[in-house]
Amino acid sequence: MSEITRDTVAHLATLAHIEMSEEQLQAMAGELQQIVGAVAQVSEVAGDDVPATSHPLPLRNVMREDVVGEPLTAEEALSGAPDAEDGQFKVPAILEED
Amino acid sequence: MTQNIIELSAAELAQKLAEREVTSVQAVEAHLERIAATDGRPVEADNPYAGKTGLNAFLHVNTEEALSVAAEVDAARESGEDLPELAGVPIAVKDLIVTKGQPTTAASKMLEGWMSPYDGTVTQRLRAARMPMLGKTNLDEFAMGSTTEHSAYGVTRNPWDLTRIPGGSGGGSAAAVTAFQAPLALGTDTGGSIRQPAAVTGSVGVKPTYGSVSRYGVIAMASSLDQVGPCSRTVLDAALLHEVVGGHDPQDSTSLTDPATGFASAARAGAAEGGLKGLRVGVVKELTGEGFQAGVEQRFREAVDLLRSAGAEVVEVETPNFRYALGAYYLIMSSEVSSNLAKYDGVRFGRRTLPTDGNLTIERVMGATRAAGFGAEVKRRTILGTYALSAGYYDAYYGSAQKVRTLVQRDFNAAFEKCDVLISPTAPTTAFPIGSVDEHADPMQMYLNDVATIPTNLAGVPAISLPAGLAPEDGLPVGVQFMAPAREDARLYCAGAGLEALLTQANGGPIWKDLPDVVTAVNNLPGTTSAVATEGAAK
Repeated sequence: MSEITRDTVAHLATLAHIEMSEEQLQAMAGELQQIVGAVAQVSEVAGDDVPATSHPLPLRNVMREDVVGEPLTAEEALSGAPDAEDGQFKVPAILEED
Repeated sequence: MTQNIIELSAAELAQKLAEREVTSVQAVEAHLERIAATDGRPVEADNPYAGKTGLNAFLHVNTEEALSVAAEVDAARESGEDLPELAGVPIAVKDLIVTKGQPTTAASKMLEGWMSPYDGTVTQRLRAARMPMLGKTNLDEFAMGSTTEHSAYGVTRNPWDLTRIPGGSGGGSAAAVTAFQAPLALGTDTGGSIRQPAAVTGSVGVKPTYGSVSRYGVIAMASSLDQVGPCSRTVLDAALLHEVVGGHDPQDSTSLTDPATGFASAARAGAAEGGLKGLRVGVVKELTGEGFQAGVEQRFREAVDLLRSAGAEVVEVETPNFRYALGAYYLIMSSEVSSNLAKYDGVRFGRRTLPTDGNLTIERVMGATRAAGFGAEVKRRTILGTYALSAGYYDAYYGSAQKVRTLVQRDFNAAFEKCDVLISPTAPTTAFPIGSVDEHADPMQMYLNDVATIPTNLAGVPAISLPAGLAPEDGLPVGVQFMAPAREDARLYCAGAGLEALLTQANGGPIWKDLPDVVTAVNNLPGTTSAVATEGAAK
């Protein structure tokens, strides 16, 4: 198990889209190190012969009939959005302006 | 009417409603009054995050709609309409389940004030069963925690001792049924969030077989583990509610096709004379001993002795891979959390927080929104899951955890060859004081609460927790848990109701006969007195 540093957490926080202060990064590195240290033994338990289980019941993909239903209207779907315009979600600029 | 309405079980209340001894409006009013007398007032008028002065089991009380549904049921009954069994019986709903007409917050700042434009399947089924919804109950934010201390809207208090935690994540639902605020509640259980609160509040909680109850309209935490289930004071009531909300739902691709029937009849059969005769009960060796409080062990052993004396065959089973279950669970759960919570992006619903400086790009808005909207535990699990799924670690952590999941399932399969149901304590300790676990110093300590409940979620098998009495050393409730093979939920209701009947007889009544007077306790809380005094002075 490699060491979890402040920089590791900074990278993970970027991937997870959570802004974190310097203090939070430091604290989280210590907490994560403890948790990962405690759970790391799972990697030593099962051999290559054990199949992985991603789901508790042996279900295959279930497809329903393709029939016309009564889904939400655009207005309903947008009702909880922080910002909307012309029947669409409105977001801040996607690209950095340089 | 000789008995107070709120003290009736759901089954008893349903019968009195059917016999027109009580109206649904009376039942709803009685429970609303109880909520008003025990849940407390906002600690700070304009700050919902400060919580309430009492139990704080409810995040939203649905007064108007509950009364109007009750009035409709009464009118229908008056006109001779054929009504479902629980029609008119009020219920509380964990605030992780979406409901039209009431806010759904997941106890997060991220969804503060959010109104779902649709009903979850279980919500629809409550409406079809004509059960008035009393409101939405408190939980750890997005169901992540074992105490409700991680709710953004203040901790829920344990009705047995207001200075202690009610368990979590579903502490609000468990406290509500325990304190007679509602006869029934819905919860969700990802690693023990129905059963551990039931155990520490002396109530009943069931995690059905994965897929037995639809997850459509239940805010997702870890999709391969989450399951909706009933909270109640009696095993029969849980069975009745499971029959209402369970069964196939085409809206959930993991929904089983089995009908949700036969649970109440199984409970009645188990509670009948000789109902446990010949039941093979396996004591899980790995879920006793070290780490379990002495009084928890004692009440557990006594429950097993009662089963034996009632003619059950008790054997010991070994499940050697359960010791790795907690580690595997935290990797799988956090991985799924990091994926499921990606949807809170400040675009489609809920909060949007703008960065205070620099350019307003979508990436920065997302980062600021999630920083402000998520609490510490949600961030911790999201970051852990992002780590477990990231390049270079995926095989070692997430991949290995999935293999451990297979080994845990094999342990269950081998155990169920020797017995019909398994039994263990539900939680290692009784309720501990609010604020007593320092999660920053030792984040794993909190997670150990779930050591006995997690294996069933990994394997998808069903389990029930019911009260086994009070621990001698602290006078607080202890829970025992039965586990059954997948799709054999009826066995839980049979064994659970059988043990419940034995315990009630042995203890001279149900566990709540020893519940302290919650109204008095709430009025004596330091915060309540000052809040009332301040309000009185302002008038």
